[in-house]
Amino acid sequence: MAITDAPKIITSRLGYDDSHTINRYVATGGYQALRKALTMSPAAVAEQVKAASLLGRGGAGFPAGVKWGLAPADVWPRYLVVNGDESEPGTYKDRILMERDPHQLIEGVLLACYAIGAGQAFLYVRGEMALAQERIAEALNDAYQAGYVGKGILGTDYSIDVVLTWGAGAYIVGEETALIESLEGNRGMPRLKPPFFPAAKGLYMQPTIVNNVETLSNLPWIVANGGEAFAALGAEGSKGTRMFAVSGHVRNPGVFEVEYGVTTFRDLIYAPVYAGGIRGDHQLKAFIPGGGSAPWFFEEHLDLPLEKVTVDKAGSMLGSGAIVVMDDTTDAVKACLRLVRFYARESCGKCTPCREGTTWLERILQRILDGHGRPSDLELLLDVSDNISPGLTWPPKQTTICPLGPSATAPIASALGRFRDEFEARITVAEQARTSVPVELKAPSHA
Amino acid sequence: MPEPEAPAADGVVVEINGREVVARKGELLIDAAERAGTYIPRFCYHERMRPVGMCRMCLVEVDTGRGPALQPSCMIECSPGMKVDTESEVTKKAQDGVLEFLLINHPLDCPVCDKGGECPLQDQTMAYGPGESRFVEEKRHKEKPIPISDLVLLDRERCILCDRCTRFAKEVAGDPLIHFIHRGNDTEVNTFPDEPFASYFSGNTVQICPVGALTASTYRFKARPWDLETTESTCQQCSVGCRISIDSSRDQVQRYAGVDIDPVNWGWLCDKGRFSHESVTAEARLGEPLVRQGDELVPTRWADALGRAADALRGASSPEAIGVIGGARLTNEDAYAWAKLAKGVLGTDNVDAQLGDGLPAEVVLGLPRATIDQVCEPGGTVVLLGPDVKEELPVLFLRLRHAVVSDGVTLVEVSPRTTGLTGLAAASLQPRPGEAGELVRALVAGSDAERDVAGLPAEAVNAARRLLAGSRGPLTVVLGRPSVAESATAVVDAATALLAARPDTTFLPALRRANVHGALDMGLAPGLLPGRVGLDEGRDCFAGSWPSVPASRGLDTEGILRAAADGHIDVLVLLGADPLADFPDHDLAERALAGARAVIAVETLPNASTRRADVVLAAAGFAEKAGTTTNLEGRVSSLSQRVTPPGTARADWMLAAELAARLGADLGVLDAEEILAEIGRVAPSHLGLDLAVVAGSPDGVLVPLGQPEAGPSSSGDAPEGQRGAAADAAAVRSDAADDTTTEEAEAAAAAAAEGAATAEAQAGAADGAAAGGDDAVPDEPLSAPRPELVAFVAGAPGSAPPLDAYAFRLVATRKLYDQGTTVQASAHLAGLAPGTAARVHPADADRLGVSAGERVVLRSARMSITVPVELDPGVPRGAVALVTNQRDVRVGDLIAVDGPVTELRIETAS
Repeated sequence: MAITDAPKIITSRLGYDDSHTINRYVATGGYQALRKALTMSPAAVAEQVKAASLLGRGGAGFPAGVKWGLAPADVWPRYLVVNGDESEPGTYKDRILMERDPHQLIEGVLLACYAIGAGQAFLYVRGEMALAQERIAEALNDAYQAGYVGKGILGTDYSIDVVLTWGAGAYIVGEETALIESLEGNRGMPRLKPPFFPAAKGLYMQPTIVNNVETLSNLPWIVANGGEAFAALGAEGSKGTRMFAVSGHVRNPGVFEVEYGVTTFRDLIYAPVYAGGIRGDHQLKAFIPGGGSAPWFFEEHLDLPLEKVTVDKAGSMLGSGAIVVMDDTTDAVKACLRLVRFYARESCGKCTPCREGTTWLERILQRILDGHGRPSDLELLLDVSDNISPGLTWPPKQTTICPLGPSATAPIASALGRFRDEFEARITVAEQARTSVPVELKAPSHA
Repeated sequence: MPEPEAPAADGVVVEINGREVVARKGELLIDAAERAGTYIPRFCYHERMRPVGMCRMCLVEVDTGRGPALQPSCMIECSPGMKVDTESEVTKKAQDGVLEFLLINHPLDCPVCDKGGECPLQDQTMAYGPGESRFVEEKRHKEKPIPISDLVLLDRERCILCDRCTRFAKEVAGDPLIHFIHRGNDTEVNTFPDEPFASYFSGNTVQICPVGALTASTYRFKARPWDLETTESTCQQCSVGCRISIDSSRDQVQRYAGVDIDPVNWGWLCDKGRFSHESVTAEARLGEPLVRQGDELVPTRWADALGRAADALRGASSPEAIGVIGGARLTNEDAYAWAKLAKGVLGTDNVDAQLGDGLPAEVVLGLPRATIDQVCEPGGTVVLLGPDVKEELPVLFLRLRHAVVSDGVTLVEVSPRTTGLTGLAAASLQPRPGEAGELVRALVAGSDAERDVAGLPAEAVNAARRLLAGSRGPLTVVLGRPSVAESATAVVDAATALLAARPDTTFLPALRRANVHGALDMGLAPGLLPGRVGLDEGRDCFAGSWPSVPASRGLDTEGILRAAADGHIDVLVLLGADPLADFPDHDLAERALAGARAVIAVETLPNASTRRADVVLAAAGFAEKAGTTTNLEGRVSSLSQRVTPPGTARADWMLAAELAARLGADLGVLDAEEILAEIGRVAPSHLGLDLAVVAGSPDGVLVPLGQPEAGPSSSGDAPEGQRGAAADAAAVRSDAADDTTTEEAEAAAAAAAEGAATAEAQAGAADGAAAGGDDAVPDEPLSAPRPELVAFVAGAPGSAPPLDAYAFRLVATRKLYDQGTTVQASAHLAGLAPGTAARVHPADADRLGVSAGERVVLRSARMSITVPVELDPGVPRGAVALVTNQRDVRVGDLIAVDGPVTELRIETAS
């Protein structure tokens, strides 16, 4: 049990009703980090972020400081792209940050731009997040008005423009290269890496750093308090604090900022200050530790700390920090279908295995659920999954460009691995129904 | 085509299936493997388009030091030490899986699919795929097929979403009219609502579709691939000379497809070329000779028709009373035979392959020639001083578009109105009609213009001038006749100015008709003999094989028509020419046909002029006879016979030989191959050419061929363009070696020689198949020194015609589809001719008080026509643009060929 009293780094203002206003933001220390940064060299700012060992909060968990360093030297212009297309099933932390503390994000964007030398940032907000769009737009207008953004920031000769873009409703655009395609006005379809690593060939084929909303929201605190202070929190390999969104069959679903790598799943799901335990008198059946594309965890994983490396080694991921709890009333086949159907419908259609395979998987599962399953279907599910994600290993291999296809196979591998009996039970019923119907075979008449 | 392996020095050594393979630097794995004999299956990858890696069929296990992983070989560049396994269990399972995925929703209607039998999806399923499907659900269903244009139908059930057609439309053609719509499993290719895939290049998508999703309306259900017989040939719909394959079944041409050759068409065709096969089998084809009986042309026996023609020729009062117009439809062999008949037997020099809508033959043949590759050389600058390339030479447009978009070529356009390339040009200037010469002189001047030039503001002219002055890399000019409503003088002036300012400038002549360049090379032009020599210079060469050579220069088409109109022509021979439709001045053409005592037409299809003829000789056309053709670069390539001609139609050269025999002369030829051999013996620019040389060069042979001493028999892996440069430069150098006539020629020769030296220096190891290379030269030395080839002699610069403030100047351009006989004989193309309207600048329309759609009267000194107005800011102020040869609007009625420009008044029709 490790519920720590670590400071709230990114959710500190969420208690205020007017947390999204520039007045509240400035009154609670907002834009001080920007003022401080402008007295430092860009390299020094980048150094603080590196020292903080801030891992990307979008899903892959790549160190932000290292990512910044991947842009080739002396290639200009370069861009910052903010990934606010939060769509992973179960994840809703970035939405809260954009709705409730947009200035913190804007200040983070400015700090990142300053550190990497970008004069222009593109903030891409998911199409369905109306309130976040409204709040960000208002905040950005206020920040321009107040001289934090735009030409000659705070009287310096440093200028940064932030461009807002609303998504058009595609999950895949949360993938960074698809997001870049969408920003360029094309269909949101991922690009192959290599050669299209955004840091080298990104937006308009220029070096582009793509960072997640939560990642950037950490920057004001890191710059204000120093990277060391951030790195002093959390565990080895997972520093600072992190937001987790808990949903599903718990008493108190919500977003919680906890010290990274120290708190355990059990803490987060059962502690009264967090999710407060399973609803009613039910028992835990399974939980997804890091968004819909993560392999499922079970009872035996509850005491793992919320720490990247440990969870990776245990065969899943913290991903986007979304924990979905399923209690014993859950039908494993239905839960599996629900997730697979999401990925099938969100496939962009570019790669054959994902476009065709995910829909096929969905239809097989639907058939089993509808009572038309066949005994061979379970092996078929696994083999079709294997053709999308060879070996069904963790971390997944893929025959596709991006990980969307393999994401659809994770719930199948998990559900079939643990709850095969539930699938078999439905198929057995179907078989019995099928074979018990008397069928009279007649020779065709050739009269 | 397998090419020699790159030397290890700049190569990358990779291991493919345990075998060391040397890849070129930056080469894609899929290409390197194929060169090394390991074919990796693919659907979306196409070597002429950017890879997208989306079908996932080419996944192979690649180990770059971090363990083997599946990678799409179409997206991965070879890197040193890379280990590739294309046959591992993992690779095979992935390929098997991808094929199963592709097939689960594929309708498998192969028995009724045009592609069945030549389908990459079928073939690769046989080679790599699973035998049975495990998919038991209902397949995707869509309406099938839906027309996406008049020529192409789309079956979305068959589509495997490889992005080839959509990529082609966007990247290659620049017509992004088809696109993926919807998402995921519902993704489909489609057009935008109410916007058909109206691209000049739509047929290419049918050819590159790896399944039967895109089919051509001209070919649906016509044949099965295993019933087709195929021959390679060269398209004759324009002078670009795209390589094609002709497929026939039951002795009927069924379709054409593009063949990929590096120096010309890269596998692409325009729709006019691709779908013109319908004109070969057209109902209207002439299958027997016709003779006039009163008001009617009636079928007759060959002996009768030839006899009547020979009688007419024999009865001519003098050789000069015979005129021969046309020849662009002919093969080189046909053209040579007719030149020999006309000039050697009949003794007339009133011979012209052009119809007054081109450039003087001496200009075309005499200017230093560029190849398409040289024009498209990365980093170069191209001056467009001719017709709208997209409308007249469509595949050259594709090459130029690629050069600009991908290779940093700079276009400077000087055109009488905006063209299909305007959007790609770094500078596009529309001078007042007739004043291109003045404009180009300002563009190559040493200092900025201070006042307006040719109706253009000085700033625009100076910006383009600085662009040209600052250009690095080669300067090439695409030179043709931009508008038939003005004389060729302005363009020739412009070319003169460019060559004087930049003596290293080379020119790609943009005469559009099929084999017009071959016809000129074969002497179908006044004052010239076969092999690009003048009458006097070449007289000795032909003394042995021709009965005689005309004593003095004859008339060009305009001169012949004038003479005919004045009653001085007894026999007018139309060699596949329709002056009533194609000569710019309709009235003169009418009077000429009326004034000529006898008209002999040699034709494949009836047209307005054949209907006025006294004797019509039915000729075998494209795909019905073998021979060679010469494209605008001077590239000689083969034409093949695939089907038998209709009825008793005969090759044009045979008709020449028959007529000669009836006139008591023997042309001395028995087949096309013999004629080509004679050309190779006597025509100075073609010395050494014969069928073996042409057949041995899949890319064609560039003429003029170099002399044996022009360089060691090396060429090697120098780019095609440089090989061409070497050949060209060698020819120019040999011209200028003994005798220089003008300073320009000297300078040009020096520059060209330099070019040759560079090209030769860059040439490395031997390459036997070098097109236009020195291997085309015969072993035995020539008996006599080669006479001097025609050289460009600059005339005195013309001056711009005086400006009449009340008059508009006419711009008459062409569209790809018009009322021309082959288009109209191709059922699926005929309806695509767009018609025309009087396009004027909006400011002019304002001034005149006319609005779009209103009908106006255009009145020239000659006649008036009534047409609707369209507003078009791409037309310069003070000009009216019309498209020639469209339905209901006879632009030629307005044009009188005697002035430098055609002036018009615009009156509102009441």
